[in-house]
Order: sequence, then C-alpha cells, then structure tokens
Amino acid sequence: MSEVRLMKGNEAAAEAAIRAGCDCYFGYPITPQSEIIEYLSDQGRKRGMIVMQVESEVAAINMIYGAAGAGARAMSSSSSPGISLMQEGISYIACAELPCLLININRGGPGLGTIQPSQGDYFQAVKGGGHGDYHLIVLAPASVQEMADFVYLGFDLADKYRNPVMILADGALGQMMERVEFKDYNISEHKLPKQWATTGKTPDREPNIITSLHIQSEEMEKINLRLQQKYRTIEQNEVRYELLNTNDAEYLFVAFGLSARICQKAMDIARTENIKVGLLRPITLYPYPYKILNQLASKIKGVLVVEMNAGQMVEDVKLGIEGKVPVDFYGRMGGIVPTPEEIVLKLKELIQKTSK
Amino acid sequence: MLNRDDLMLEEMEVVWEKPETLTDVKMHYCPGCGHGVIHKILMEVVQELNIQDKTIGVAPVGCSVLAYHYMNIDMQEAAHGRATAVATGIKRFLPDKLVFTYQGDGDLAAIGTAETIHACNRGENFLIIFINNAIYGMTGGQMAPTSLLGMVTSTTPEGREVKTQGFPFKITEVVAQLPGTYYVTRQSVHTANAVRHFKKAVEKAFRYQMENKGTCLIEIVSNCPSGWKMTPVQANKWLEENMFPYFPPGDLKVDGKIVEKKTQQQK
Ligand SMILES: Cc1ncc(C[n+]2csc(CCOP(=O)(O)OP(=O)(O)O)c2C)c(N)n1
Ligand code: SF4
Ligand SMILES: [Mg+2]
Repeated sequence: MSEVRLMKGNEAAAEAAIRAGCDCYFGYPITPQSEIIEYLSDQGRKRGMIVMQVESEVAAINMIYGAAGAGARAMSSSSSPGISLMQEGISYIACAELPCLLININRGGPGLGTIQPSQGDYFQAVKGGGHGDYHLIVLAPASVQEMADFVYLGFDLADKYRNPVMILADGALGQMMERVEFKDYNISEHKLPKQWATTGKTPDREPNIITSLHIQSEEMEKINLRLQQKYRTIEQNEVRYELLNTNDAEYLFVAFGLSARICQKAMDIARTENIKVGLLRPITLYPYPYKILNQLASKIKGVLVVEMNAGQMVEDVKLGIEGKVPVDFYGRMGGIVPTPEEIVLKLKELIQKTSK
Repeated sequence: MLNRDDLMLEEMEVVWEKPETLTDVKMHYCPGCGHGVIHKILMEVVQELNIQDKTIGVAPVGCSVLAYHYMNIDMQEAAHGRATAVATGIKRFLPDKLVFTYQGDGDLAAIGTAETIHACNRGENFLIIFINNAIYGMTGGQMAPTSLLGMVTSTTPEGREVKTQGFPFKITEVVAQLPGTYYVTRQSVHTANAVRHFKKAVEKAFRYQMENKGTCLIEIVSNCPSGWKMTPVQANKWLEENMFPYFPPGDLKVDGKIVEKKTQQQK
C-alpha cells in the first residue's frame, strides 16, 4: 500500500531502500548524510536488513562488492570525502559489473571543506572518479519525493544493467523535510535471480567468478568493449530529464538537483517581468540529455547554467549546444546556495549580451 | 594388448588423485613456491568435507590473485588489502555458506591492516588464510611488513633496518588478542609433516566455521624462492633458520583461549 509521510530527504532514501528490498547496507557516518545509516540501523534492522557501521568507507565499498557479488541488493551512502575514499572499489565494481546503489550527499570541498550543500562532485560522479574507462548511472533528485523514488529506480537500473548506480544529491536535499509518498513496489517482481552470483558451485554449473582482473591485453580490451557497448545502450535507453516552460522560451536555464529548484523560482520571477525563460533539468547526469539540449538550441537565444560549483556540468551543456548559442554560467561554491534574485540578474546580463 | 604406459600404471599404487575441487590447469607459481601446496591442501579439505557447493573463496591482489583459475569453487577476486571486507559482505549476506580469504602479507598486514583487525574484532565467521612469505612476490620482491630485520629486498637493498622500516609485524599475535578470533595458528608447508599439520588446521577451521565460532586465522610461514633469490631447497632451509625464530610455528589461540608461550614452544 502506498503511504504518505513528512520526512527528511535522507530518511526518505533510507525508508525507500527498505521498501525496495535492499538486503545489505554498509557505511561509515559523515555529515550531512548520517540520518541514512541511523534510520537503517533502527528501521532497517527491525525489518530484516543487514545494516553495518564499519571501519571506513574503504571497507564499506568492498563489503558492497562482496555482498553484491554474492547476489545481494546492496547499498552504501556517504558524503564527498567518503565517496573519494571509495573510488578504487567503485572502479572494481564497475569492471566486475556488480549492481549496487551508492548515495552521495554532496558537501562543499575540496578537502574537508564544509558540511554545507554543494554540487562539486559532478565530475567525480559523472566522468568516472576512479581509474579506468567506466561509468556509473547517475541520478540527480531535486525533491524529497525523488530522494525516495530514485532509490527504487536506482536498484532496478543497477540490476538491469549490472552496473553501479549513484544518487548524487546535496546536503540541503538530504536535510530538508517534505511530503513524500511511498508508492507500491512489489519486491519479488523487481528482484530477479542472479545466476552469476557466487552462492556456492553446484555440480550442474561451472564456478561463478567475480573479478576485474584480465591480465591479457586482448582480453582486457574485450571487457572494455563490452562495457562501452553497455554504456551506449544505457545512453540510448535511460536518458531522463524534465522540461519546464520551454515551449515559448527564448532563454534556457540548465540546472540539476537543488540548483534546478532555485532556477524554478528564478524563472517565476523572470516571467513576471516578461522574460521568456524555460528550464531543462537533467535527471540522469549520466547518461546526459545532450540530444534535447541540441534540439532546444535551435529555438533559443542563450543558455544560463546554474550550479553549486565552479562550473562542471556546464561543459556537458556546451557539448550538447555545440556552439549554436552562447552558454553562460553562474555558480556559488563552498556550500553557498545561490538565490533566485542573483540568478535573474545573471540572466539579464546574458540577455543584454545576446541582444546586442 | 597393453602398452608399456598402461602396464606401468597398473603396477603403481595411486597415492594422490587431484580432487574435483581443483581444476585441471597448470599453476603459474614459481617452482618450489608454497602457494601451490597450500592451494592443494585447501581444496583437498573442501573435497573431503564435501563442502564444494557451500564454499566461497576470496582472492585479493598478490601472487595468488588467480587462485580462482585453480580452485574449482565460486570465488571473488578482491582489491589489494580488502579481502576480509569482501568476505564480510559475502558471509553476512550468505551466513550458511563457508567463506575463506587467501591473503599475502602485504595484503593482510600492510594495506589491509584495518580490514584485517576489524574483521577479526567483529569475529567475522570465516577463515583467513595468511601466506607470510616476508616479501611482495607479485610486484617483484619488495619489502613486506613481515620482512625480517636485515633482509635484503629490492626496496631494502642494504637490508631492512628498524630506524626507517620498523619491526617485522607479528599481526597474527595481534589478532590472537582480539576476542573475536576463535582459532589462530601458525603453520608451514615446507615439509611433509608440516603439510599434514596444516591440513588438520584447515579442517578444524572449517568445522569451527560450521559451528559459528568466529574468526579463524591460519598463518603459513611460506617462501618465495624467486623473491628471495634462492633455490627451493635453499629457501626452505632459510625459512627454518631465519623465519621460524621470529615467527615460531604453533597454535596461538585454541577454542577462543590464548595459548601460553611455554606450551606454544613445546610444540
Ligand atoms: C592499491 C594497490 N596498491 C598496490 C598494488 C600493487 N601490488 C599488487 S600485489 C602487491 C603486493 C603483494 O604482496 P603480498 O600481499 O605479500 O602477496 P604475495 O605476492 O607475496 O603472495 C602490490 C604492492 C595494487 N595492486 N593495488
Ligand atoms: S614470486 Fe614468490 S610468491 Fe610469487 S609465485 Fe613466485 S615464488 Fe611464489
Ligand atoms: Mg608476500
């Protein structure tokens, strides 16, 4: 039965994980996401999940590797410094093609930085982070509702493609309280048997081996080609985005997560001043919605990308726009959240530039 | 008509048959290396206890990273140092399976020290096989945390010295102190007699795991003829003369109780 509750984003993600049939959670506390491990340590354990606070994020990600390799729905969560520690393990998981869900509640960096919200881990999440040619599927929620919904979606995509999935949110989304509806989700319909998992070799089959080691170059290239093939399929099938007011738009905001929520407000303000601006909100950061950007480029005069970083996603926007119209950037860093008013001012600058 | 080979076979007594738990693949280990013997004994025990369908192995980076080519069981390769974390993930999810790790000294006692100690401290109910060859075999003979003082390796060309490299790490003594460990023993496989003792230890450890007793760790004081730059015979002699005084074989913890030093030496 579906159920409506008022919750923090972190708690909503944790509750969704339980309802999605997550078997194992391994993690290490870090602000601003500790509510996830706290909620699971209480509710998750009571409802049959294996929930462990372990010695480090390095250990946690390798426990995920082990559990996922044994067929579990496995999940971990952390915030920026902890996600950095996990990168070697994530690369192994990507190569061994193990499904799992990771949540990064992004805080301001670099270094120990600040516990305030940031989107500074975009490159790390989308472009690789660890070593080698691999991709995570990256989902960017913009509400507490999506913090929950993307947990179900994340597990399903991970299983479908045998690929790690990351939810990239930020401290504000993790901490803010909103109404959230937990929809019906039939675990047995979604959790399919994993014939490849290491569950003990029975006489009727060959041993199941989970590995990322392929010493022969030819073999390693084959694995890479197979991974690349998979990424092309994911790029074909799984691009998700939201469009707002783009039908009559002359200008376009592009922003994800919390920045998109703020751009929505900025859009409302601008529209009261008769500025025709729309919003494209990428939901999957990988695969990225290049195509729709390119299509929109032929209808608009300019793009303003808004991020809580020094300008990371803006590079992907430029790839999508292919130089057809000017692309400007507005960003705040260090845990500072831009205001709608600042964004409108920046938009007006862009309008002036493009109408000269 | 029988040919000569058949005749020979008929006349000979079969003293050893490859168990089903070993694949029919030639091992890549250097001549005289302990890894091959340890693999065989481990898999013989898995066969004899009839637990092939329940056993899951974890082989981290090190010379034995390809153990899954030789062991005919389900296995996971692990990142360097993370074997006990990977094993924790497997065992926690599948508590009725029998899980073991197979780790070198670099893996277990340097890069993976935190994972080793915390797995043992949680009393993770699996078996840790720890191959102490006092060197990094896979990467070409650099110093290991267990390299002896004065030992020449490619990164201690003048011999290991305390001032820069610290002391050889007796991590087995450390984990024996942790309440989570149930059976901790130091063995070797350099003589037929030692192999028999080692096999008994492996049998015991698997049985303890079936009884949910907690972490069992078997250290094998082993060799690395290539890294040590010795013939296999020289290596085994060097092992007895140099490794044993610092890493004395024997049980360190039995039935969850520390074995007093005296009885350990008597063995
Ligand atoms: C993160 C990381 N650092 C370094 C290495 C390189 N490396 C591979 S095996 C190894 C040491 C292996 O020594 P040991 O664990 O004692 O196993 P042995 O080969 O002696 O059996 C090193 C340093 C690696 N694979 N990964
Ligand atoms: S390098 Fe050393 S440990 Fe590795 S196979 Fe050769 S002898 Fe054995
Ligand atoms: Mg070694």
